[in-house]
Amino acid sequence: MAHGHTNTEARAAHPQASALKTGLLLTLLALLLAAPFFLYPIFLMKLLCFALFAAAFNLLLGYTGLLSFGHAAFFGGAAYFTGHAVKVWGFPPELGILLGMAGAAVLGLVMGLIAIRRQGIYFAMITLALSQMFFFFCVQSSFTHGEDGLQSIPRGHLFGFINLSDTTNMYFFVLAVFLIGMALIWRIVNSPFGMILKSIRENENRAISLGYSVARYKLAAFVMSATLTGMAGGLKALVFQFATLTDVTWQMSGEVILMTLLGGIGTLIGPVFGAGIVVTLQNYLATSDFPVTIITGVVFMACVLLFRRGLVGEFYASRIGRSLGFNPEK
Amino acid sequence: MTASAQTQSQPRVVLTARGLGKTFGGFAAVSNVNLDVHHARIHALIGPNGAGKTTVFNLLTKFLQPTTGKITLLGTDITHTKPDKVARMGMVRSFQISAVFPHLTVLENVKVALQRPAGLAVQFWLPLSSLDRLNGRAETLIDDLGLTEYRDTRAADLSYGRKRVLEIATTLALDPEVLLLDEPMAGMGQEDVRMVADIIREVARHRAVLMVEHNLSVVADICHHVTVLQRGEIIGEGDYASVSQDHRVRTAYMGTED
Repeated sequence: MAHGHTNTEARAAHPQASALKTGLLLTLLALLLAAPFFLYPIFLMKLLCFALFAAAFNLLLGYTGLLSFGHAAFFGGAAYFTGHAVKVWGFPPELGILLGMAGAAVLGLVMGLIAIRRQGIYFAMITLALSQMFFFFCVQSSFTHGEDGLQSIPRGHLFGFINLSDTTNMYFFVLAVFLIGMALIWRIVNSPFGMILKSIRENENRAISLGYSVARYKLAAFVMSATLTGMAGGLKALVFQFATLTDVTWQMSGEVILMTLLGGIGTLIGPVFGAGIVVTLQNYLATSDFPVTIITGVVFMACVLLFRRGLVGEFYASRIGRSLGFNPEK
Repeated sequence: MTASAQTQSQPRVVLTARGLGKTFGGFAAVSNVNLDVHHARIHALIGPNGAGKTTVFNLLTKFLQPTTGKITLLGTDITHTKPDKVARMGMVRSFQISAVFPHLTVLENVKVALQRPAGLAVQFWLPLSSLDRLNGRAETLIDDLGLTEYRDTRAADLSYGRKRVLEIATTLALDPEVLLLDEPMAGMGQEDVRMVADIIREVARHRAVLMVEHNLSVVADICHHVTVLQRGEIIGEGDYASVSQDHRVRTAYMGTED
């Protein structure tokens, strides 16, 4: 192929950038591998679950341009599905998470089919309304145990022989699932399909006039985002060994928006950082008397006023980021 | 080649509209518009501001659903077809406000258009490098339209005129039978106007072009057929020479009442 080199060429225009990115990723990976020996593992696992949640949410907001205000339904819903499958049906943990993902996918398909034809704020309001319907379903339904929640979910044995009751084993299982989820998101974003999603985000009418059935692409992205959110939700149920109504409330849908905006929409790593900041704030402020919501609210306002692109997005767009060859998309 | 040289035999009709109308609330934006667009012809839709030209475009491409009338594309009734399906059937439009994907490069913009016909649009499991095989065709289009040196420039950073050219390039990537251009030269410098006019004349050798245009010297220069619209209705039709002599058309344009 005479022109087969062009894409790699364009990317290699900043060789130091790709080297730097690889270096940063490897450092981050090393930190994640070493972290449980220095920090409280449950906290780290919570952080990874929310990081995956935010990254999955960003697939929709950052790369498709759809603001969902109902992602708690997929997160909390999958937690219930996984919890129920593992506790009541005796599923092994890996199958439990897959079932949670499948449940979230079905929920995503139903909500998506209803919401996808609306745009902007109407889309957000419909997803909010549908997730509230799901919340009330969870309150009433017997398998969720209502206000009590689904308690003492066993972590079980991965592939039948790795005991996940062991915290270190569990941590590395969570890390592996997180990395698989992030890899899937990276692949979707950097694929032919991902290109079409970006073009829809950039100019929907133009995408239509090029013959793309925009609604179908949006629906597919919505279901993918829901499924990956389910991955995070199912994982969280195994980490904490319970699934409660907290994870299906609209506040949870708001929290993931905050994490994503804080870190930087449309960047792969931004939501991970955003989730890290929010979860850390919540964890360390939970013990103090100061109300957490005020702090996160102030952080959010500061972010909107000062860092429009989010922390990672601002870094990419800064002089340092640019000189290193990062290319801010937003 | 001049316009008159091509008009010896009547080429086939590719797009027709009969009794096309659109009302918004009680306001008739377009009423009783009949159009026949021919293969290998450039057909201009002209008229004063607010005459309903863009509405006619939106109706023909199905971005708006007509209130009355019937539209036929390549022998198929498309009155109730969705806009993306119309595009896949071979009628592709441009927009009055330049429609590019601003954060994608010129090359990527053209490739997005090529992805669907190449069957490379839904694969979420393949790497981006799987699109490299579209580079050859995309670069040919980019070269043909004189955008070679901007291949890796983000569309947002192009000049206005070049954005319009890029838009034509992405449109041509679909190899459409019918091309609808909404004011392709609006806001362009003299130099760019000539370039785009040449491009349009070239592409119209093998396809039908329907264009909305305000620049009458361009219309006189490259269009074979002119339809004049005023207040949503056709007030004149024919080649430019006859239309420009038409009493009603002159009144509409000059605003002189006699």
